[in-house]
Formats: sequence, C-alpha cells, structure tokens
Amino acid sequence: MNVVNDQAEANTPSLRRAGQIDLREIAIHLPGKTRFEAVRNISAHIDAGEFVSIIGPSGCGKSTLLNAIAGYLAPSGGSLRVDGEAVTGPGPDRGMVFQHNSLFPWKTALHNVAFGLKMNGVGYRERLARAEEFLRLVGLTGFSDRYPAQLSGGMQQRVEIARALINNPRVVLMDEPFGALDAQTRERMQQLLLDIWGRFKPTVLFVTHDIDEALILSDRVLVMTCRPGQAREEIDIDLPRPRPENIVVSPEFIALKKRCLALVRDEARKSLIDGLEADRIQIPVEA
Amino acid sequence: MGVDLTLDGEVIDPAPFAPARGSCGHAARQWLRAFRPGRLALRLSALGFCVVLWQLASSLRVDLGIVSFRYVPAPTEVAIAAWNLLQSPKLIAHIVNSLSRVFSGFGAAALIGVCLGVLIGRLRWLEDSLLPPLEVLRPIPGVAWIPLAILMFPSSELSMIFITFIGALFPILLNTIHGVEAIDRRLIAASRSLGAGRWAVFAEVVLPGALPSVITGLTIGMGTSWFCLVTAEMIAGQYGIGYYTWESYTLQNYADIVVGMLFIGAFGMTSSALVKLFGHALMPWRRVQERRA
Repeated sequence: MNVVNDQAEANTPSLRRAGQIDLREIAIHLPGKTRFEAVRNISAHIDAGEFVSIIGPSGCGKSTLLNAIAGYLAPSGGSLRVDGEAVTGPGPDRGMVFQHNSLFPWKTALHNVAFGLKMNGVGYRERLARAEEFLRLVGLTGFSDRYPAQLSGGMQQRVEIARALINNPRVVLMDEPFGALDAQTRERMQQLLLDIWGRFKPTVLFVTHDIDEALILSDRVLVMTCRPGQAREEIDIDLPRPRPENIVVSPEFIALKKRCLALVRDEARKSLIDGLEADRIQIPVEA
Repeated sequence: MGVDLTLDGEVIDPAPFAPARGSCGHAARQWLRAFRPGRLALRLSALGFCVVLWQLASSLRVDLGIVSFRYVPAPTEVAIAAWNLLQSPKLIAHIVNSLSRVFSGFGAAALIGVCLGVLIGRLRWLEDSLLPPLEVLRPIPGVAWIPLAILMFPSSELSMIFITFIGALFPILLNTIHGVEAIDRRLIAASRSLGAGRWAVFAEVVLPGALPSVITGLTIGMGTSWFCLVTAEMIAGQYGIGYYTWESYTLQNYADIVVGMLFIGAFGMTSSALVKLFGHALMPWRRVQERRA
C-alpha cells in the first residue's frame, strides 16, 4: 500500500506531497534524574492525508514520539522529516491537539480559534470571521464569546480542534484528544473528527490508549512495545469508509481488535515482568 | 437565551451562560451578593462591637497582666483627636505627601518588580544571578534601611520613596516570578505550534498567564507599601500621615497616634481594594472561573 502511494506522490508532487511524515531510526532520551531511553529505533512512513493511530501500553513513549514530531523535543538519534524537511521545532504546519485544558483561559472561544491566524499576521476582522466559520464547523455557533471555563469538556475539545485546523496544517498531531471525555461525547467527537478529516484531508497522527477508537478512526495502527518504545507491529485497517456505528460488532472489526488487544496486553505484561525483575535486582543492592 | 441545553448529549448547566462580558450588571449583582443586608449588618455590628469593647477596656483601665489598657486612649478621645485633625489646615498636606510617597514607591516597585519578575521567571541564568542577592535583601525591614537610604539619596523625599518602594517590591517580584513559573507548559507548547514566536509567546501567553499572580502581588505590595509609611516618614520634616503619627508619639499625644494608625489603615485598605478592582477589570475570565468554582 505504501509503495503504491509513494509512486502516486512521485507523479503528482505538488498536490500529494503535503503532510508526509518520515521517521528513520528515531531514538529519544528524556532528561531526568537518570536520563532514560523513551523511544528506541522507530522507523515509519506516514503518507500525506493518512490517518494513523499509535497505541501501546501506558508509558511506552507514544506521547513522547508525538512531541518529537511536534518539535517540542529533539530526538537523540535518527532522522525525523515532514515533507522531506527536518523538524527543528514546533510550527504551524503541524497542528497539535492536547488531551484537555490547553486552551488559553483568558481568551474567548473565538479568540482562541483566531490565535493561529493572528500569529500569521491576518487582520483582526478577517481572522475573527474565519474563526467564526471554524467554530461553526465544529458545531459551536453561538458560543464564540464564552471563555473556556464556561464550556463543557467536549466543547473545549471542539474549540481545540478548530484552533489547530484554522492554520490549515499539513499534519495534525493528537495526543489522546478525547481521553478525558465520557463515552457518548467521545463517540460524537470521533464522528466530528472523521467529518473534518474527510473535508481537509490533513495527515493525522493520533495517540490513544483506546483500541476501539484507533480502529474506528484509522487507516493504519502502529503498535508500540513497552518502554523503551519500539515499533512492534503495523496493522492496516482496511475497513470501508464511511464506517457505520455498528462496525464495532462486525467480525472484521472484532478480529482486528483481538489482534491489537493481544499485542498491547503482551507488551503490558512484559513491562510488568520487567518492572518486577528490576525490583528483584534492586532489593539486594539496597540491602 | 434559548440555546439547546444539551450538546454532545451532555446536559449543560445554564448558569455559566449568563453574559460574561459587558458585565456591569453582573458586577453589581456580585457586589450585592457579597453585601447582602444580613451579612452587611453582621459585619457592621462586629465592627461596632470591637469599638465598644475597646471603649470599655480603656475607660475601665483594664489590666490583664501581660496587656494593659491603662494608657490606651478611648475611642471617644480618638474621635475628638480625629475631629481636630480633620479641621486642621495641615490635613491635606499630610495626605497629599503620604499618598505621593506611597504611590511613587509602589509605582516604581510595580514597574521594576513585574519586569524583573517576568525576566527572572523566564530566564534561568537571570534567576541564578539575581535571585540570591535579592533573597538576602528581602528580609531586611524598612527601618533598617533608613540610615543607608539617607546616605544614598540626595533628598529626604527620595529616601522616603525608596523605603515605601522596598516595602512593595518583594511581594510584587516574588508573586510575578511565581506566576510566570507556574504557567502550564502546554499553553506555551500550544502557542508555539500555532506559529507564535518568542515575542508572541511572551506577550500572548506568559503575560496574561502570570497576570492573576501579578495582581495578587500588587495588592499585597500596595498594603506593604503603606506598612512602611511610618518608617519612611520618620525621615520627614513636617508633613505626612506617618510623620504625624511619629510626631504624636514623640509628643506623647496618644490619641493622635491612634488617629494616624487608623488613617493609614483606611488608606491602605482602600488602595489595596482599588488595585484588586483594577485586576478584576483586567481579567474578565477570572470572574467566570470563580463563578464556576
């Protein structure tokens, strides 16, 4: 599948090139009391317009990897390119959506959304008009003058998505964006996200610990190993789109889910055993 | 408003959707809520009760062993002294002099405290180089600065302003540093991902993010600046409420001392309240958060 897409890109360079992510043997070390290895040797290619989810046991470095692509932290090894350009820092070409509470509390919904345009030097009237449009797109007409504290969790995430999209980013990075929402709201937000993705076709890299969510949304799922995070497996989700709500009970979906679950459980178990072993080793050292 | 009260299937509390902006009406309502007749009555009678207690203690010359009210002027004597001061042609000069000293010192402290605080909060090397000497200066009380203040500044006016400045500086500085350092990293990350450069992160995220803490610092600083007024005006030649209080002490006019104290208290309270009000006006989003909480 990747090979075919690569060739298509080569043929229509200007249109299809926007939003490719290339990870080559990425290693990430995090500073701390003891500098530890969070991500080891991950290579992946994500096509322009592809929707890819990253799953794995908690603490496996999913978010760390995402933060590196966003440009918040530099990998200690390997190369990280978006559309062939090395990532050197955060930028408006890669929109970021956090789990929650990352709206500016001192700005109204409208001004939060308009922020990216302001940074781009778009004039006051124009940016507010376009922000209003994006609020409508996420179903928040009439809520422009509310401060984030006046919005429910689901509404705040809608504003976040609108804020990230207004810059027309080639890549949207989402770090468990619906993780703090209740099940019903989360389902609606997933549909909303798919709608918007269908309309703008940015590349989406979506970190989640919810396997259902990953399967409903994605073209492809990357399963990471326990720490240090490595690529365990890539699973193509060839379920037809648009995916109806009852797809979760289809045999294909269930088969994919079983496979993902087995992988994640296996990794989670390994990290547990690693932890126990580490404890066993530590005891005599301390005694 | 007629909005549908469910969205995303969530039931939405209509209360937070009351108008958030242009909220004169809202401020008035909040004011009313804080000063409901019942509570107002209680507050006033508590105040009255304290005055009565004071009157009794000093007129009965109560002596409790560790604390004695034998020489404490009674409220009635203080009221007479206050009336005399209010009649005095010097009163305006006292007030104007004190106000200008406090506000010059406070103004300078606000400017320097906020600027330094923001820089120290953002730049590690500045924190390491500036904070240690400042921490050494911080515990030194205004009164200890008097001799040096006289030696360092060409006029006694500047020496006095320096002492009110020292009083206000540290609360403002430390609260600003705290406010800047406590900003959620994700807000800065989000702004950078939206294309904010160094300067924009500073103006759009760091400043508003630190503002609540800065306002707290300013409110406290306003109080501590008045706190240092008597100390400062020990240097004064003839005018100032602090000077009036100090002079009354040297002349043993005890009722006048209390009048001076009460004046300082009243002015200090009022100006702190003004700073707080100014902060409220600058931070409309805080009102919403408070209401939600």
